[in-house]
Amino acid sequence: MAARSSPTSESPMVQWLFIAIALGFMAIILVLPLYSVFHEALARGWPAFLAALADKDAQAAIRLTMLVAAIAVPFNLVFGLAASWAIAKFEFKGKAFLITLIDLPFSVSPVIAGLVYVLLFGAGSFLGPALKSMGIEILFALPGIVLATIFVTFPFVARELIPLMQDQGTGDEEAALSLGADGWQTFWRVTLPNIRWGLLYGVLLCNARAMGEFGAVAVVSGKIRGQTTTMPLQVEMLYNEYNATAAFALASLLALLALVTLVLKTALEWRFSADLAASTRH
Amino acid sequence: MSRHPAVNRPGAWRFRQPSVIPGFGLTLGFTVLYFSLIILLPLLALAIRSAGLGPAGFWAAATDPRVFGALRVSFVTALIAAGVNVVFGMLIAWVLVRYRFPGRRLFDAIIDLPFALPTAVAGIALTAIYAPNGAIGALVAPLGWRIAYTPAGIVVAMIFIGLPFVVRTIQPILEEVSHEVEEASATLGANRFQTISRVLLPSLTPAVLTGFALAFARGVGEFGSIIFIAGNIPFVSEIAPLLIFIRLQEFNYGGATAIAMVMLLISFAMLLFINLVQAWSRRRYGYGS
Repeated sequence: MAARSSPTSESPMVQWLFIAIALGFMAIILVLPLYSVFHEALARGWPAFLAALADKDAQAAIRLTMLVAAIAVPFNLVFGLAASWAIAKFEFKGKAFLITLIDLPFSVSPVIAGLVYVLLFGAGSFLGPALKSMGIEILFALPGIVLATIFVTFPFVARELIPLMQDQGTGDEEAALSLGADGWQTFWRVTLPNIRWGLLYGVLLCNARAMGEFGAVAVVSGKIRGQTTTMPLQVEMLYNEYNATAAFALASLLALLALVTLVLKTALEWRFSADLAASTRH
Repeated sequence: MSRHPAVNRPGAWRFRQPSVIPGFGLTLGFTVLYFSLIILLPLLALAIRSAGLGPAGFWAAATDPRVFGALRVSFVTALIAAGVNVVFGMLIAWVLVRYRFPGRRLFDAIIDLPFALPTAVAGIALTAIYAPNGAIGALVAPLGWRIAYTPAGIVVAMIFIGLPFVVRTIQPILEEVSHEVEEASATLGANRFQTISRVLLPSLTPAVLTGFALAFARGVGEFGSIIFIAGNIPFVSEIAPLLIFIRLQEFNYGGATAIAMVMLLISFAMLLFINLVQAWSRRRYGYGS
């Protein structure tokens, strides 16, 4: 930091004041809630914390959450690859509109994302009773939870990949094709290695949201304890039963997931920016 | 882009430019099909259901006093929170981009916390802090202030979830703004305040508006982090997404659909606004988020 104020910067005192206000705001708004999750989780000591996590319903919620993410994330991963290939490698009419549409789920309230599936598969709908007569349960069961999760995490992978692949252009693929590679070989050996870090980054964010989604899943799950309660729903149930320690214990696992996501994301960003710089050079 | 001169007649309308790269039909087909099944079909079910209410039924459900109260609570608190986030988000983006201080990278990384932290976790953590016996709640209690279980609590939760939208929209633009225009401004006799308010801020306006709109839209739709801290008193601290949830639990699908439709229409108007601002900013400044 400059010792003397220059015409294109603020005086050191103003700079320190700005830094103090910005960091103070971040400490209260962002750091304090994160700290409080772990503080409350361990408020009654490690034995209570571990007992809350070993609970049968908590274990079921953890398994269900991992299962839902394990189904929803691959679906959106394949979609993200297909959409970014079509959008970044070709010029066609209505492309900008398609990109806007892909972001659409971000501006829909999670509760509405759940509601639309209730309307589609619920009691008064056309599809629900028909599927039920065939013995297929969508609402208040795993398929409904997965569908709602796919809806809210829909854009994550695609929106990471589209700008990255647009920056990289089509030169590498054209070279591979002219050297005799077929389409799949080009994708696996040329495109995928070029986008792997961006892809991983999108999958991380998609996964964090899939495991943490609350509103959409709350609407479609029916909250059957031990069967259709994911971790965030289990946190809410425990909290509403005034079992704060158990609620925060389970919440601390989700907070840990968020922290790991942030650390990996930051690490990738350093790696990723070097990759991006390399890709613009040739 | 490789073009074959024989087929590239100017003026001829074609859906796509020719290319040697394979897989256009497969990938675009899958994209459109998947989007239609996951997003479009369910939203269509919502539109059909609200059309089924009829204009009078829709109007009655959407203008019910409790619905109007919930929409007002949602929009007013989201507006206040987005305003707070614009002020502090600009300051944080400025500090992170322009100044060098120990811990800068750490604070830069933690900005994204609200993207990664599940909303229900944020909700119970914020409630623990701002409840009358919590760290901050106890601090302001002697002044007679209550934050949790009042509309102020809703604003706090919306500030938490909206902050990264503002910071992450402004940050890249601030990094792109060339130092030379500031030097030119200083050379021409402007003091630092004039340079910031007349040269820097105008070029940031589109990013600030976009960040505001994103934080606002997210705040209006937010559910998980708010229901714990809000107190959920009808007409005072009951938000619109919660009322949709309550209507669904009463099996009043028509009522839920009407509120959802009103919220969606407003969200789409916001989305359109964001796109217009970005298109305008690209024309005006040559760059944009």
